[in-house]
Amino acid sequence: MNPRPLSLLSGGLSALLALLLVSALWDTPVHEGVSASVAGAMGHTGVAHPVTAVLLDFRAYDTLLEMAVVLLAVLATWSLGRCDTLPARPVQGPVMRGGLRHLIPLAVLTGGYLIWAGGAGSGGAFQGGAVLAASGVMWVLAWPRRPDLPAPLGLRVGVTLGVAVFLAIGVAGLPLGPGFMGYPPGWSYGLILTVETAAACSIALSLVLLFLGGRPWRDAEDG
Amino acid sequence: MAEVIRASLLIFDGLLALTLVGVAWQLLFGQGLFRSVLLFIALGLLLSLTWVRLGAPDVALAEAAIGAGVTGALLLVTLGRLRRMATGHARDRGKGS
Amino acid sequence: MAESLHAWPFFGSGVLLFVLGLHALVTRPHLLIKVLAFNVMGSGTFMVLLSAAARGSGEPDPVPQALVITGIVVAVSATAVALALMLRLYPILGGAGLPPGPPED
Repeated sequence: MNPRPLSLLSGGLSALLALLLVSALWDTPVHEGVSASVAGAMGHTGVAHPVTAVLLDFRAYDTLLEMAVVLLAVLATWSLGRCDTLPARPVQGPVMRGGLRHLIPLAVLTGGYLIWAGGAGSGGAFQGGAVLAASGVMWVLAWPRRPDLPAPLGLRVGVTLGVAVFLAIGVAGLPLGPGFMGYPPGWSYGLILTVETAAACSIALSLVLLFLGGRPWRDAEDG
Repeated sequence: MAEVIRASLLIFDGLLALTLVGVAWQLLFGQGLFRSVLLFIALGLLLSLTWVRLGAPDVALAEAAIGAGVTGALLLVTLGRLRRMATGHARDRGKGS
Repeated sequence: MAESLHAWPFFGSGVLLFVLGLHALVTRPHLLIKVLAFNVMGSGTFMVLLSAAARGSGEPDPVPQALVITGIVVAVSATAVALALMLRLYPILGGAGLPPGPPED
């Protein structure tokens, strides 16, 4: 089929889909959803912020699988081959490196604050991890020819840390009573903070490795 | 006074919703990859603003840091690699003929 | 129940983002634009979800918000894998666009 009629057909069908979606959404009744159930269950969890409670406690299973997806993405890009050098020229002069020397501690502080703040307000593991990842990306860009990365074993441990800690705490709930992915009463806050810290570190490292776009070591170095 | 604030916020929301659609149209159907990538980053920041208006500051934080920041860096580095590959291709073809 | 009006523009905007992304996914040949289109479709979905969460009279529903945060992280992972695949395809296709005809074996 020629591009022109194909484009018209796709446009027409898309417009039809838009009309159908609008007419479907028009009639949806307004209801409170499950916010009342979440508000009622907040007493059973250790954190005060509903979104964090949903992510790390009520629907912890989703979050575990989400971190498994991030891990899978890293493994998929690694299996596609070694990363080539970044298409960036090294920045001359002291400004970028000197600036990074002040900016990276600040980013680590901000990321850590966001993880901790998730217990009581807006923030959490993903936001904190993303801030850490941004500083990692800048670190890599400061030395684009030869990024100073940990050894392959360190990278593997770092990338799996979040899933491993989450799964260990989740499985520990089985013999201890609260069941799979449950927290023992009174321990929720500490355990949620532990899981969030491990998750944020893993997500930050994973995002930097996804930015590199491939396995950052040669096959000979493997091991 | 409260009525005026509510009405102006409603106008702001309408303009924001229109801007989102306009930016999405430009980035998807405009010319130039670099322009599309930059507009995509701008769309991420506008979406972050939208999430605040919809009462979801957590999502706004995640969108600003991941949706606009990390995805933007990822797209820019991919664009750089594509350009390098394109010039490499042209050079190889020049050598071959 | 008093419905707050402010979610309506974003309902419409979310639907339009989804549909624009779908149309671009089908019609634009460049793979990078297809990845962007997929992301725009996702953003439209998130917008409809969060607008629905904000429609009630009280506090917005936290469950869709948590779902959208999960979705954003999954979207960036999928984007990274798609871009890496596109860079692998480039030398094979001789470009980053899909060939116009059906594949020849």
